[in-house]
Amino acid sequence: MPSPIRASASADAGPGVPRRFARQRGAMLGAGILAVLTVLALGAPWWSPRDPIRTATRDALKPPGASHLFGTDQFGRDVASRVIYGARISLTVGLVAVSIAVVLGAPLGLVSGFYGGRLDAVIMRVVDVLLAFPGILLALAIVSVLTPGLTNVMIAVGLAAVPTYARLMRAAALSAREFLYVEAARALGGRDLFILARYILPNVVAPLIVTATLGLGTAILSAAALSFLGLGSQPPAPEWGRMLSEGRDYLREAWWISTFPGLAIMLTVLAMNLLGDGLRDVLDPRVKT
Amino acid sequence: MLIWVLRRILAVVPVLFGVTLAVFSLLFLVPGDPVKMMLAEFVTNPEQVARMRAQLHLDEPVLVQYGRFVANALHGDLGTSIRTRRPVITEIGENVGSTAQLALASMLVAVAIGVPLGLLAALLRNSWLDVGSMVVALLGVSMPSFWLGLLLIFAFSLHLGWFPATGGGDLAHLVLPSITLGAIASAIIARLTRSSMLEVLGQDYVRTARAKGLAWWGVVVRHALKNALIPVITIFGLQFGNLLAGAVIVETVFSRPGLGRLIVGGILAKDFPLVQGSVLFVATAYVLINVLVDIAYAFADPRIRFG
Repeated sequence: MPSPIRASASADAGPGVPRRFARQRGAMLGAGILAVLTVLALGAPWWSPRDPIRTATRDALKPPGASHLFGTDQFGRDVASRVIYGARISLTVGLVAVSIAVVLGAPLGLVSGFYGGRLDAVIMRVVDVLLAFPGILLALAIVSVLTPGLTNVMIAVGLAAVPTYARLMRAAALSAREFLYVEAARALGGRDLFILARYILPNVVAPLIVTATLGLGTAILSAAALSFLGLGSQPPAPEWGRMLSEGRDYLREAWWISTFPGLAIMLTVLAMNLLGDGLRDVLDPRVKT
Repeated sequence: MLIWVLRRILAVVPVLFGVTLAVFSLLFLVPGDPVKMMLAEFVTNPEQVARMRAQLHLDEPVLVQYGRFVANALHGDLGTSIRTRRPVITEIGENVGSTAQLALASMLVAVAIGVPLGLLAALLRNSWLDVGSMVVALLGVSMPSFWLGLLLIFAFSLHLGWFPATGGGDLAHLVLPSITLGAIASAIIARLTRSSMLEVLGQDYVRTARAKGLAWWGVVVRHALKNALIPVITIFGLQFGNLLAGAVIVETVFSRPGLGRLIVGGILAKDFPLVQGSVLFVATAYVLINVLVDIAYAFADPRIRFG
């Protein structure tokens, strides 16, 4: 199976990278969607027509129209405003979760691959055990002890992704440490930390960026799923997964309550996937599909 | 070969021990006192707390607790549910069939859609069919399963009335959940099948077969297909795990009985023994299935066995 691991120094491939990236239509589309979402999320108070939390019972279950672009929910809250504010939550959750995973997983993997030996064996056995919990199950198990809530969902989703980055970085470090210039640096008496930072790290940045971009999408999806299950954000926060589960009871009379947050999740994850795939094609010429 | 299989099976033992350790230590990650947290909703007097602690053996040294946990688990005793006061293994037994059914049916859907789609896309590379199916596959990987489930309920049960929206039991109840879960997995399988097939089609032996005058379809069926599907087998084990985990969500969407709903219900009710037991069960099943897939893979590809 083709692995996203790069062996040579591609992170500094020069001016070619931006231009090659610009030629990737899918990736540009992904970046565009992401830019719009970020602007929406940052300026949510300005863009959203109404307060996302304030209820207005007489406006309940209004279909999409001129006064409410995406309609209103069972409490008369404006769905469009809630979707816009939801972008804030989902993007934050994704970023925090992936940061946790990278900050914990990447050093573990780097050290494991660089030093090898017993340390490597121990770290990898732990990673093996964590990988025995498929998909969202590990995050579920972690949330179960931390008690439901948005903060704990970020922690759970982040921790659950640690093995992915540990493995990725280990493989990258393993191949990088065999390079002649690493050997040369070592022969010249370079310290481990210096070699890791100066020679190994630049080599492993490219796969890390690709995996983290794709991981953002996965993290947002998992977090929304946990909220959908009632284990994440608590009402009345306008979280997309939560909105979907609330709209589930009104599917027959008000399809719009669940449809727009669903579209929002899909669009966001799609953007991350397009961007990640594009970055991989640009940063890693070996894997061409 | 037999030795290879035995070695592969033995390699699982430490992983499974690690899994029991991870599940066991979950209880110690609880901020504060797990017993107080579990009892929070009920009246709590010190006597009750002490009784529960004794009942869960939390008053013993940690190592003894862990030893008991593993020994009991090996005997099929996963503890007692706090909420229903029934053995956890009984609760699992009542729900495992429904989840297994869902996972198998979803796998069937995933393969039936994913493999042909991926093969066609590879064979007709850059055609509208290739581009179209890969766009659909990309949408599929980005789609939240809980939303797809709601859309299917909206269309096929609320509007057309073809299938029931919720519940479990007969075949009609299986259709929408397995399509929901299978469609998402099929997107991943289609993408993998396509890239694997493209790689094989570029190999020397395919060119040679073509060069010696074999018909295109003959080459595809006799030479390419077999080799292209080998990596697809490995993804089965992985996907099966994803299906097990995805069942958690899909069972909730369709209010279908199963292990997933058992776990979510257990978390919401702070029924720790139930959560621990079912998580341990699912993880063990996943690890064992992966071993079986690995062995099947080795039979399909001699390079793995002897490499």
